[in-house]
This record gives sequence, structure tokens and C-alpha cells, in this order.
Amino acid sequence: MQFRVASKAEPSTAIRVTVRLFAQYAELVGADAIALELPPEATVADAVAAVRRQANNGHQLPSRPLAAVNLAHVLPEQRLANGDELALLPPLAGG
Amino acid sequence: MGTSWRCFPRSPVAEGRHLTRRPIEPAALLAAVSDPGLGGAALFLGTVRRGAEDGPVASIEYSAYEEMVESEFDRILAEAGQRWPGGRVAVCHRLGTVPAGEASIAIAAAMPHRADAFAACRFVIEAAKQRLPVWKQEILDDGTRRWRGDPHPGARSPQE
Repeated sequence: MQFRVASKAEPSTAIRVTVRLFAQYAELVGADAIALELPPEATVADAVAAVRRQANNGHQLPSRPLAAVNLAHVLPEQRLANGDELALLPPLAGG
Repeated sequence: MGTSWRCFPRSPVAEGRHLTRRPIEPAALLAAVSDPGLGGAALFLGTVRRGAEDGPVASIEYSAYEEMVESEFDRILAEAGQRWPGGRVAVCHRLGTVPAGEASIAIAAAMPHRADAFAACRFVIEAAKQRLPVWKQEILDDGTRRWRGDPHPGARSPQE
């Protein structure tokens, strides 16, 4: 699945992020990975908003899900960089 | 020297550093941390509960963001190593279908004294509960499946 988010930025300055989905979220959206193109200053919250707008059933995802970037937990305000892997994590149930 | 803390780069019971799809072998995990200089060893097992309040659970299917679980366990064990520099801790989490009564997670801690061994096990299980990207789907006796911690009750099985 691939989305491009409208941006005033030059295409060359846009960043590409892979969004990974798991468990309930992957079932809901019907995909476990989404390629996103975002404006250069985009945050995790911006990426979540893009997924909620554009993915199948995306509006049913929470607006502030648990998130991780490059295998570490982050807050929604975290800035994204080109090539980042953003993961949206359903409520944790390990152990 | 064996009394220095170690996070096992490759667990003796897991295919990954800390993840396995096979039944967990607690004895192997304990053996991995044991050392003649460490007089107290504790083992914590988290097992799949049969459950009764809302239907008997036959098994739980565990899935995970596997690369992140490995990293998060590395971080948790490194934190344990800073708190208890004189001991050794190992952990293993199982993925896939785990029948009721079998272990989904095992933590072994060997320390110079017993209080620290219990405390280290407690520290690792509480951190795992809060931080590990692992999800579970309960499979009931009648085959019904349901996510635990499901934020979308509407998507649950008709039985509920």
C-alpha cells in the first residue's frame, strides 16, 4: 500500500517512511506495511493522521496510538526522518 | 569472570536472542545464569491461564514486532545489569500458539543473594509487561478467537 500526502514541499525534500502495523491494527487496515511520503518536518502524529485519513478503515485507528520509530518507543511529537520505520502498536499484551 | 552480569547474546533456549516458537525449557534458562559465585537463583514463569470468568481459554496465540522485542529485551536486560551489576539475568518469550498451562515467558536471575534474584525477576517481568510489543489472541474451547486489550469491541466475535 502506498500513499502520498499532499505537501507544499518540493518532492525532492519529501521524506519516505515505512509504517508497520501489527495484530488488531493490521487486521483492521488489511495490510501490515504502508509506504508513506511526508513533508520534511513531519512528526509521528502527522504520519498517524495520514494513515487514519487514507488507509482502509484508517479512521478506526486511535488518533494517538502507541508508536515506535526504528525499534524504540516514541511520543507522537517525535520528528521523522527519511527512511524511518514507524510502527503503530496496539495495546501491549506481552508476558 | 562468571560473576559479572551478562545478557546472553544468544539464549540457550531461543532461536532469536530472546524469542522462541518452541516450548520454553526453564532448566536450560536457569543453567545459563547459574554460577558458583551466585548463591541465589530465581525463576519466574508466566503461563497461559485457563481463565473462567468469560469462557475457558484453550490456548493463546502470541504475535510480536519481533525485531523490536529483541531490542527492547536487550535494553531491559542492560538496565537490570546496571541495577544488579554482580548478577546474571536471562529471559525468553514464546511466540505462536501456547496451550493453557504452558509458559509464555521465562526469566531466570542469579545473584549473590536471594533478595536481588527475586527483585531482578520482578523488574524484568514488570518492564516486559509495560514495554514489549507483543499481542495475544485468546482461542477458546469452541474455537472462538479474541484479542486481549481489543480497543475495537465491535470487531469481536459474535459470541461476545
